[in-house]
Amino acid sequence: MIFGVLAVLLILFSIFSEYIAPYDPYMQDLVNAKAPPSAAHPMGTDRYGRDLLSRVIVGSRASIFSTLLLVAVITCFGTAVGIFCGWNGGWLDTVLMRISDMFLAFPGLVFALAVAGILGGGLQNAIIALAAISWPKYARLARSQTLAQKENAYLKAAKLSGSNTAQIILRHILPNILGPILVTAMLDIGTMMMELAGLSFLGLGAKAPTAEWGSMMSDTRSLMTTAPFITFAPGIAIFFSVMIFNLLGDAIRDYADPKYRGR
Amino acid sequence: MKKYVLQRIVQLIPILIGITFLSFAMMHIAGSDAIYELYGDKGAVSQEIIDAKRAELGLDQPFLTQYLAWLGGFLTGDMGISYISGRDVFQTFISKLPATLLLTALSIAVTVLISIPLGVLAALRHDRWIDYLLRIFSFIGNSLPNFFVALLLMQLFAIRFSLFPVIADGVNLSSAVMPTLTLAIAMSAKYMRQVRATVLEELNKDYVLGAKARGIRGRVIVWKNVLKSSMLTILTLLALSIGSLLGGTAIIESIFMWDGVGKLAVDAITMRDYPLIQAYVVWMALIYVLVNLITDLLYRFLDPRIRLGVQID
Amino acid sequence: MELLRYDHVDISYNGVPAIQDVSFTLEPGEILGIVGESGCGKSTLLKAAMGLLGDQGLVTRGDIWYKGLNLPDLPDKVRRTINGPELGMIFQNAGTSFCPIRTVGVQLYEALREHEAVSKAEFQDRALALLDKLGFSNGMRILQSYPFELSGGMQQRVGIAAAMLLQPSVLLADEPTSALDVSVQKQVLEEMLLVRKTFGTAIVLVSHNISLIGAMADRVLVLKGGKTIECGTVQQVLTSPQAAYTQALLAAVPRLRRG
Repeated sequence: MIFGVLAVLLILFSIFSEYIAPYDPYMQDLVNAKAPPSAAHPMGTDRYGRDLLSRVIVGSRASIFSTLLLVAVITCFGTAVGIFCGWNGGWLDTVLMRISDMFLAFPGLVFALAVAGILGGGLQNAIIALAAISWPKYARLARSQTLAQKENAYLKAAKLSGSNTAQIILRHILPNILGPILVTAMLDIGTMMMELAGLSFLGLGAKAPTAEWGSMMSDTRSLMTTAPFITFAPGIAIFFSVMIFNLLGDAIRDYADPKYRGR
Repeated sequence: MKKYVLQRIVQLIPILIGITFLSFAMMHIAGSDAIYELYGDKGAVSQEIIDAKRAELGLDQPFLTQYLAWLGGFLTGDMGISYISGRDVFQTFISKLPATLLLTALSIAVTVLISIPLGVLAALRHDRWIDYLLRIFSFIGNSLPNFFVALLLMQLFAIRFSLFPVIADGVNLSSAVMPTLTLAIAMSAKYMRQVRATVLEELNKDYVLGAKARGIRGRVIVWKNVLKSSMLTILTLLALSIGSLLGGTAIIESIFMWDGVGKLAVDAITMRDYPLIQAYVVWMALIYVLVNLITDLLYRFLDPRIRLGVQID
Repeated sequence: MELLRYDHVDISYNGVPAIQDVSFTLEPGEILGIVGESGCGKSTLLKAAMGLLGDQGLVTRGDIWYKGLNLPDLPDKVRRTINGPELGMIFQNAGTSFCPIRTVGVQLYEALREHEAVSKAEFQDRALALLDKLGFSNGMRILQSYPFELSGGMQQRVGIAAAMLLQPSVLLADEPTSALDVSVQKQVLEEMLLVRKTFGTAIVLVSHNISLIGAMADRVLVLKGGKTIECGTVQQVLTSPQAAYTQALLAAVPRLRRG
C-alpha cells in the first residue's frame, strides 16, 4: 500500500519533473562548470555547468517512462502470443515456443546489446532490443495459464453455449490468467529499469544530451576521481526508483499469493 | 544414457543453423557493414578501394550466398577471418575465453560461498533480526544496477584506497577482484533470497518432522537432508547463471576493460564484424545446449525420483 | 509403574487452545487407543510428547512425564536423546517422514549413528535382523530403496521398523493406517502387535476409527474438541459407553468383534 503510493508519487514526479526541476536541465553555463554543491546548485553542476539536480530530476522521465512503456509492450505482446499458442496449439505453437526457449536460455543482456547495436543507439531502439528478448517469459506464462484454463469445465460449457473464440478468450481466459501475468510484470519493472539504464550506460540507449540516468553516469565517469558525486547521483536515483518498484512488486505478489508472505 | 546425450547434441544442429541465420539476417537488415564501419564516411578512402575490399570479403555477394559461404566454412572447421583485424576468428575467440572462464569461475565461487551459508542462516533464523538484516541486504543488492556497483567499487577500492587497478591490466587475480565482486554482489543477493525461500519450503516438509522424531541433530537435518533437497532447485539456477556468465558480461567486462568474450562481442557488434559475431553466436548456442544438458544430467544424478522415472507430486 | 503420564495438559496453537485439560497414563507393554474425529487434537497430543509442535504450538499448562523428565521442558540436547531411543513415532504417511532423495538404509544408519557409535556393517546386521524378525522377506532391498519406491503399506511397515531399530519403550502411532486400503491396514496392525509381543513396547495408537481402536487397544481415551470425553478399558468404553459422543461414534461404524 505504502509502496503503491510511493510508486504513484514517483510516476507523478516524473511527469511533472520539468516543473519541479529548479533549472533547465539542458542549459549550459560553462562559467559554473563542475561546481561543488552549493545553495544555488544543491548537487553541483556537471562539466557543461548544467544543474545536476535538475538533470537527475528530469532524467526520471526518460528512465521511468521508458521502463513502464517497455514492460507494457512485453506484457501485451507476450501475453497475446502465449494465449494464441495455448489456445491453438499446432506447429506454430511449437515453433514459437522453441524460439522463446532460445531467448530464455541465452544471456539476455548480451542479446539485447546485439539487437541494440544492430539497430543503432537511441532510447527507442534500446526499448525494442529489450522487448525482443523479454517477451518470451510472458508468452510462456500466458501459454501455460491458458492451457490450464482450457481444461476447466466452464470453458467447455461456454463453448457449447455458442460463444465464439474471441468472446471466450476476452471474457473467460484473459480475466482468469491476468493476475499472475500482472504480478510478473510488476516484479519486472525494477529489472527492466536496470537493464535499460545499463544499455544507456554502454551508449546503446539514450544519447547525450538527453537526461537519462544510465547515460548520465557514463558521461560523467571521467569526473569520478575529482567529483564522484556527479557520477553517483543518477545511480542513487536509479537505485531508489528500482527499490520502490521492487517493493511494490513484492507487496503485490504477497497480496496475490499469500504463500510468499514473509518469504 | 549415451543415446540421451547424443540426442541432445543432435538438437544443437537446428539451433545453430537457426540462430546463426537469424543473426546474419539481422545484421543485413540493419544496413551498415564492416567496410562502412572501418573506413567510415570520411571520404579519405576512394570508392574503388572500398569496393575492392567489399569484393575481397564477399560482402558484395547476395545475402544468402554470404551466409552459405560462412556455413560451408564453419562445417569444414574454418570460421573465417575478422573483417576488422584480419586475424583468424577462431584463434581470436579462443584467446578471449580464458578471461571469461576465470571471471565466471571466480564469481560463481564467491556467490556460492556467500549466498548458500547466509541463505540457510536466514531460513533457520526465520523472522529473527538476522533474517531481516539479510533480507534487507539482499533487497538492496537486487535493486542496485551492476554498473553502479562497479563504479562504487572502483571509487572505493581503486581510487580511494588504491588497492586494485582501476581497469584490468591483464588477466590476473588482482584485476579480477573488482569485476568478480561486482558480479558476486548482484548474484549473491539473488541467490540468498532463493536459497532462503527454498530452504524454508523444505524445512516445512514432513521428513524434517520425521528426522526430529528420530532424534537427529538439527545440523544433520539441515546439511544432509534439507540442503541436499534444496540444492536441486539451486543447481538449476546456478547452471543458468553460469551459462549467462560464460556468454560474457558485456557491461562489467567493458567497465573494467576485462578482455573476455563479452567485451569482444560488444566490439564486434559495433564494428559489424560478421565472422566474429557469428563465432560468438555459435558459442552462445553451444552454452545453451551444454548448460541444459549438464543440468539434466545433474538432476538425474542427484534426484533418484527422476533417475528411476517416478513422478514427483 | 506408568511409562508416560499426561497431567492436566493444555496445548494451544497461536494462542488458540487445541487441547484442554487432558490426562492419561501409559503402562509398560500396553496399547492405549486415542479416538476422535479429525481435528480433535489427537495428533497434537503425540507431537507435544515428541517436541514437534513447531513454532506456533505450545504446552501452556500441565506436564508430560516420562521417566522423571517433563517432556515439554526438555532442552534440545536432552530431547534428542529421548526421541528415537526412548520414544519412537510413526506417522500417517511414514514414507514422507524420510527425505525423498536418500535411501531408507542411509537414513536409518544416520538415525542409529545419532544415538550409538556403530559401524556401517554392525548397523546393517542389526537392521537386517530386525527386518527379518518383523517378517520382511527382503530386508536388503528395503534398505537400498528410496522411500517412494515402497508401496503405501510397505512404507508404514518400514516406518514402524525404523522406529523399532532404536528400541524405544514407547511407540507413538499417529493414524498409521488411515491412508491405506483395508486389506493392507491389517498387515500394518499385525506388525504393531508383533512389535509389542517381541519387544514389549507400549503403544499409543491414535485413530479416528473406533472399531480399529476397539480391535487393537487395551484402554481407550475418547477425545472431542481437545477435551477428554471418556477414558477406560476397551470393554467398558465399547460395551457400555457413558458419553453420548462415544455412543454416536460407535453407532456410526459397524462393530468389529475383538479377536
